[in-house]
This record gives sequence, C-alpha cells and structure tokens, in this order.
Amino acid sequence: MGMTVAEKILARASGVASVKAGDVVEPKVDLAMSHENAALVVNQFFEVFKETNLEPRIWDASRVTIIFDHRVPAESPKTATNQKKVREFVAAHAIAKFHDIRGDVGGICHQILPESGYVRPGCVVVGTDSHTTSHGALGAFAFGIGATEMASVWALGAALNVEVPQTLKVNVKGKFRKYVGPKDLILYLIGKISAQGANFKVLEFHGPTIRSMSTSGRLVICNMSVEAGATAGIVPADKETLRYLREEAGVKGKIELVTPDPDASYEQVIEIDVSKLEPQIACPHTVDNVKPVASVRGTKVQQIVIGSCTNGRLDDLAIAAKILNGKKVAKNTRMLVFPASGRIYAQALAKGFIGTFMKAGAVVMNPGCGPCLGVHEGALGDGEVALSTTNRNFKGRMGNPNSEVYLCSPAVAAASAIKGVITSPRKGVN
Amino acid sequence: MANVVLKLGDDVSTDVIYPGRYMATVLPTETPQFAFADHTEFNANLKAKQIPPGSVVVGGKNFGCGSSREQAVSTLKGHELTIAAESYARIFLQNSINLGLRTITCPGIDASEGDNLEITAEEVVNTTTGRKFRIEPLPKARQAIIDAGGLIAYARKRLLEKSATV
Ligand code: SF4
Repeated sequence: MGMTVAEKILARASGVASVKAGDVVEPKVDLAMSHENAALVVNQFFEVFKETNLEPRIWDASRVTIIFDHRVPAESPKTATNQKKVREFVAAHAIAKFHDIRGDVGGICHQILPESGYVRPGCVVVGTDSHTTSHGALGAFAFGIGATEMASVWALGAALNVEVPQTLKVNVKGKFRKYVGPKDLILYLIGKISAQGANFKVLEFHGPTIRSMSTSGRLVICNMSVEAGATAGIVPADKETLRYLREEAGVKGKIELVTPDPDASYEQVIEIDVSKLEPQIACPHTVDNVKPVASVRGTKVQQIVIGSCTNGRLDDLAIAAKILNGKKVAKNTRMLVFPASGRIYAQALAKGFIGTFMKAGAVVMNPGCGPCLGVHEGALGDGEVALSTTNRNFKGRMGNPNSEVYLCSPAVAAASAIKGVITSPRKGVN
Repeated sequence: MANVVLKLGDDVSTDVIYPGRYMATVLPTETPQFAFADHTEFNANLKAKQIPPGSVVVGGKNFGCGSSREQAVSTLKGHELTIAAESYARIFLQNSINLGLRTITCPGIDASEGDNLEITAEEVVNTTTGRKFRIEPLPKARQAIIDAGGLIAYARKRLLEKSATV
C-alpha cells in the first residue's frame, strides 16, 4: 500500500520502512519552534530533569528556534520579565535560531521560519502554536503541541507516542476570479467541512490551482487548516517550493521533494472548483460560520486589520495598497496594518505600499501578532466590529468578549476600509 | 457523585476557557484564577472555592478548539474540574492527557447545570434524568502517558532509560 506525504515523512523520521494511519510512532523532530510561551517550556523543561541527577541539556540546540512575536515590544512588566528569562535561557543553551524584537530579522514565527530557510520538504516540525500547520506549505509535516510536550521534545528530540493521522485529499481546480484568492478558498473549505471536519486528520492539497499558487498563498491555506481541526495541512513540495527556498529563503544544498505514492490511501477526497468562487467571510463567533461577502454587505466596521501569520505577506500588502491607492479610510473607521516580518516591512516600504497606507489614513504598526489575539494592542470597544485578515474570530479573540470579529482576505478588508462597511472588492469587476 | 457546574455548547475555544489577554501568566500555580474569566459569575465561584474538585463542565463537540495554549488546561486542572464533552480538539486533548486533566469523551452527553452524574470507566449516568451515556476510550497512543502519571513523569522515565543506554 502506498503512503501519503504525512505517512512518508513520519516513516522516515521514525526510522521505519512504512507506516499507515493508526500506527503509533515516535518521530525524530527536525525543528522545534516556540514563541513567548518558551517561558513555560523552560519551566517544564527543568521539571523533566528534576531528581534525575542529569544536567538539563537540549538534545540539539541547532534544531530549536524561538521567536518573540506575540507581545512585541512587551506590553507589561510581566511579559518583559518572561522575555528576559527566555533570553537568558537562549544564551545559556546557545540557541542560535533566536529572533528577538528586531526590525531586521524579527517578525511572526510563521513567517520567520519559511523566510529564514529553517523548514525543508520532508521535515518534522513541531511548534507550541496551533498555526504551526503553516509550514506544511513547504511540504513538511508540521503540527502544534503544548508547552509540556515541547519540554519533552527539548529533552528527548522526538515527539512521543504520535498516532499516524488519516489524510483527507483536497483537489482544487479552476482559476480564481479577480480579487478572489487563497484566503477565500480556505474559508470556503472550512465552511464546507466545519471547524471539526478535519480534527485529528491531515489535509493534503492537490490540483492545478494549488500547483500554480505561490508559496505565500500555500502558507495561507496550510495556516488555516487547523481551523478545520487538522493536525497538519500539507502541499506536496514541487518546483514552486524549490524556487521559494532557493530564491527567497536562500537555502543551499540538497532539497528532497517528498510526494505521495500514486496508490496512497485517503480517507476522503474533497473536490473544489474555484472558478466561480466569490469573496468569502467568516462571521462571528466561529471560523466555520462562512458566507459570501455579499450576504453581509453594508455591516458597519470600526476597525480593519491587515496582517498576521495568515495574511501579512508582501502580496497581501500589495493587493491592499492597490485598492487603497489614492483613497481614504472612511471616517469613523480605523485601519491597522502589521506586516508579518521586518523583511516584509522593508520590502513594502521599498515598493511604496507603506506610504500608500499612511496617506490613506491607516496606521502601520511594527511586525508581530498585534491585535490578532487581543493581548497587546488594537483592542475593540464594547459593541464594536472588526474586519480582519487574521485567522480566528472566537468570542473575545480581539480582547473584548462584547465585540465581533469578521475574517476575510486583504482585498475585502481594503475595499471595506474605504467604505467603512463590509464591501466586496468585486463590485463593478467582472 | 459529581455535580454539573457549567454547561456549554459546541466549539468552546481556548479563548473562552483562558482569554488571550491573560497569556502572560504561564505557571500552572498562577493560571487557575483566570479560568473562564469572561463567564464572570462562574469564575468568581471558582475563585471563592464554591466549586468542589471533581465538579463537571459539560461541553458539546470540538471542546478546546483554537490555540495550543496550555494555560487552557492548567487553569482547569488547578480547580480539579472534570470535562465531559462529545469530542475534543486534538491539541487540547493532548495537553489534558499530558497534564492529567480528567477529560471524558462522551458522545451524545446530555446534562444541565445542577444535574448529578455518576462517572465510571465505561459510562456516565445522569442520575437526575436517568439517562446513560457511553464513554469512548482515549486514543491508544496516549495511555502510556496517563499510566506514567503525566508527560513530565513519562518524559523523565524515558530520559533516564536513554541515559542508561548511552
Ligand atoms: S498572528 Fe495571530 S494566529 Fe498568527 S501566530 Fe500571532 S497570534 Fe497566532
């Protein structure tokens, strides 16, 4: 029996010839990522070594990466002190892949990993962040874990007792219409299969639409695979993956492309044709409450957010800048832009996007998670509505349980910023 | 006998269990104060120790969806609550097993706040309504961790085995 991409990667990492869904394996970890929650990982790491008479030691510090992004720069003395403790740990354990609060190499973890060339096809990546699924965009098997499990990975170098998941194959065909793209596709899929439609499973993406999609777009769909519950989302690596890794991530040396066997076994095959897909929007308070934008057109919006590990990349900023060029953000609406990394910020500056946003009246913030998880900045007032390119709209997500968050693409966010109400960018386009 | 102290629906997210704005608090000794912080009355009762250990939170499908934050588990573990839900999101379930939070998978479970439950290894009996619900066993891969008393203990054991063979 042939293997899916996830099965091939888990077999290789576990040192066995083959695995199938349901098997229990202990894959070696190629990359272990944490962000500010490394503070808790550090605590649990020392717990593991307690009463062992062993020196607390990371199994391979070159495979550990830590990125500060959730609360940068620190919003409180507590956060600042946690960050300081992590910095001390990083120095003591010689963790080189550390991204502090910096304008050059800083940013959101799920952008830093790809752009720094840390992820290769076929890798096992674990992260103390649910959106670690993002890295499946480069053909890796990447999944989120808790802090205690990360402590165990730091000590042992393997993920313990992993049950090989079933894989759902998603075949996507058709050409996107103007101002429709990867975000609309993944929202549509989540709406179709529900927030638990892929729970404990892998989504493996195929078809001509995926093959012609940039890595940036693939990161969007793998990022949000977890919103359907998926353990991982994977786009099998191809020519575009190689292009991205060589040209944008500066990866040298051998890159092996892991592709599924033709007779691999899938639990289900989902077919999607995007040629008639309209811009999609996830309405409060669940990510699978997805509708065509047209059905909520006219809803007043007080805050527009463009950014996050989902849609804070250069092509996202480009499309928003194109729509906003020469226009103004509506009165009584505020617009916040936060590029996903320092590198993207610099590129957007060079291309003039940052100037366009500022002239339009948007506030451009430093790279990081910003308002996405409601801990740091950009909180909503009681009864306010946000329209955001982020990935979650749970009650209270943007810091206030008495507010509402809608999720959409950068094109929808930019078009709506001009009007101050939810607007389809396709109005007048055919 | 355990009392149902909170009844929730499907897709209870970790943002509801432990709001993101408290995420700078990480230590299991400190997280319990923020459990269900936006359910202000329930949170106040927890903090006032009005809710005895073993009390049950009943959820629907996909309990614990969203963020991987372990605080969402340690905050409930701190009050020794039991969770009985129809199904769980993967990372939440894994974190629960790792930290020893009692999570019961119970398809079709129906209970209201105030109901009394009797929980055995195989089933949940709602003694208030007389209805019974079968418990689904946990993913088999996780049993070794539960048997060891949680992931810290399990990882420690594995670490000692590993260092003995080097
Ligand atoms: S941008 Fe939002 S979803 Fe992405 S890592 Fe940061 S907090 Fe998480």
